[in-house]
Amino acid sequence: MLGVTNLEVVYDDVVLALRGVSLEIPDGAIVALLGANGAGKSTVLRSLSGLLDVHNGKIRKGGVTLDGEPIGQLRPAALAKRGIKHVLEGRRIFKEMTVEENLRVGAHSAPRDVKENLGRVYDLFPRLVERKDGTAGYLSGGEQQMVAIGRALMSGPRFLLLDEPSLGLAPKIVAQIRDIVVEINRQGTGVLLVEQNATMALSIAHHGYVMETGRVVMDRPAADLLADDDVREFYLGLHTEGDEKQSFREVKHYRRRKRWAS
Amino acid sequence: MNEFLTATGQGMGNGAVYALLALGFVIIYKSMSVISFAQPAFMMSGAVLVSHLTGRIGFVAAVVVGTIAIALVALVVERVAIRPMVGKAVFVIAIITIGIDIVVRTVAGAFVGVNQLLLGDPWGLKVVTVGGVQLQERHIAAILAAAVVVTVLFLFFRYTRIGLAMRAASLDQEAAMAQGVSIGTVFAVSWALAGGLAALAGVFAASGNAFDQSLWMVALVALPVIILGGLDSLGGAVLGGLIIGIVESVVRTYHSTWFPFLDTNTGGIAPYIVMLLVLLVRPHGLFGTKEVERV
Repeated sequence: MLGVTNLEVVYDDVVLALRGVSLEIPDGAIVALLGANGAGKSTVLRSLSGLLDVHNGKIRKGGVTLDGEPIGQLRPAALAKRGIKHVLEGRRIFKEMTVEENLRVGAHSAPRDVKENLGRVYDLFPRLVERKDGTAGYLSGGEQQMVAIGRALMSGPRFLLLDEPSLGLAPKIVAQIRDIVVEINRQGTGVLLVEQNATMALSIAHHGYVMETGRVVMDRPAADLLADDDVREFYLGLHTEGDEKQSFREVKHYRRRKRWAS
Repeated sequence: MNEFLTATGQGMGNGAVYALLALGFVIIYKSMSVISFAQPAFMMSGAVLVSHLTGRIGFVAAVVVGTIAIALVALVVERVAIRPMVGKAVFVIAIITIGIDIVVRTVAGAFVGVNQLLLGDPWGLKVVTVGGVQLQERHIAAILAAAVVVTVLFLFFRYTRIGLAMRAASLDQEAAMAQGVSIGTVFAVSWALAGGLAALAGVFAASGNAFDQSLWMVALVALPVIILGGLDSLGGAVLGGLIIGIVESVVRTYHSTWFPFLDTNTGGIAPYIVMLLVLLVRPHGLFGTKEVERV
């Protein structure tokens, strides 16, 4: 079980990005983390993977725990060794290296199982086998996302933190990525999925959290969130009453409070 | 023609030394975006240490021990003086490396004293003549040694776990950290490699003749080399080293016919003229990345 409790994170000593966030990722579950831009989703991931330092962020209160043990102060290398792997937003593959070199860098914290993990990643992404000696920067967006996810899997992580894996991808590719996340989870890896594409995230998650301006405002099983009127309206773009009939004028007049917190 | 080939051979010999030095600069630049001005000091320390060891354990063993010892010194220097400054402005770290250079060079200079030291290398100024072309043995040795080192480095960066991690960290530090790469290890290894390379370069720069405290000035030629090759290109450092070496040596051979109005030092300034031209025409060098920051 990976979790954060009452986490407060400050960037540059002044910007309060998280104001007491608590959430947990049970082993083998998919947890979705939804929210608008700037809600603090990526900051949660950085606190879990130890990458706050890079952005001059600090945990001011609360803590990060793995099986009850505090891990908030550990370095990224130590966290990767304990099985927490972070797939950064925007893919961030090593563009000038080949696909296979990218994957082998991902195996940095598990050098003994390179062969086995390489086989597993190539099974998950058969597309990458053909491109394995090609320069990674020349791959399509979807393939680059596969490299990014595959790279993280190369150390056989216990928890995978995915930051917007559907960013900038065609709907068909998004569906592929979704199936891959389900498959990774089926093989026993816990997944924390940060997404703007809430429909996709909630369709595969077991549990979901909704964040707003540094707070968790909703914490329900994914199925409940999918059925929730507010979530449907704000995040899924769906309305409960007959969608067809509603004209744009009515939409404009239709004002509701868009924030739970405050 | 023979005269030209002789000059070229000599230039390649010197160029091999410059290439070794430039590789050290580039490796450190790639890992921390800093030009380390401490390289000249490590180079001189290498030559001094080897010249003191040769009498006791023989030349080859002295080179091996000396190179490893200077690599360890560089490792310690990085840990003590550079690591606490990580995250500070690049300029600050560059200035610190100048300080390190002065300290290390003074200590190494104390072992030279006012006299000249002999390296004790087996080559001296012996010359091999191949079809009218004269090649100095020490230049051949330098070229061979550089070829071996470059091959080993190439394999290191391509196949080993830490080599891959270093390349990854130079491309995208945060993404490398997310893979479990420890940036501290990357810095340490890059300084150790650069120190070892500088020491080895010092050995070949000092071979053939006696050397004194001014040996470190040879390392300054590595600056035109990395500007020409590109600050962040290992291949560029090797090729740039050879080109600069050859240019320097050819100009030195023909300066009296080409530039009769100048005195004998034209060869010495040729690398810097090349550097100025490169900076004017192609500031990122032959193989460098265009958008690199410069200090």
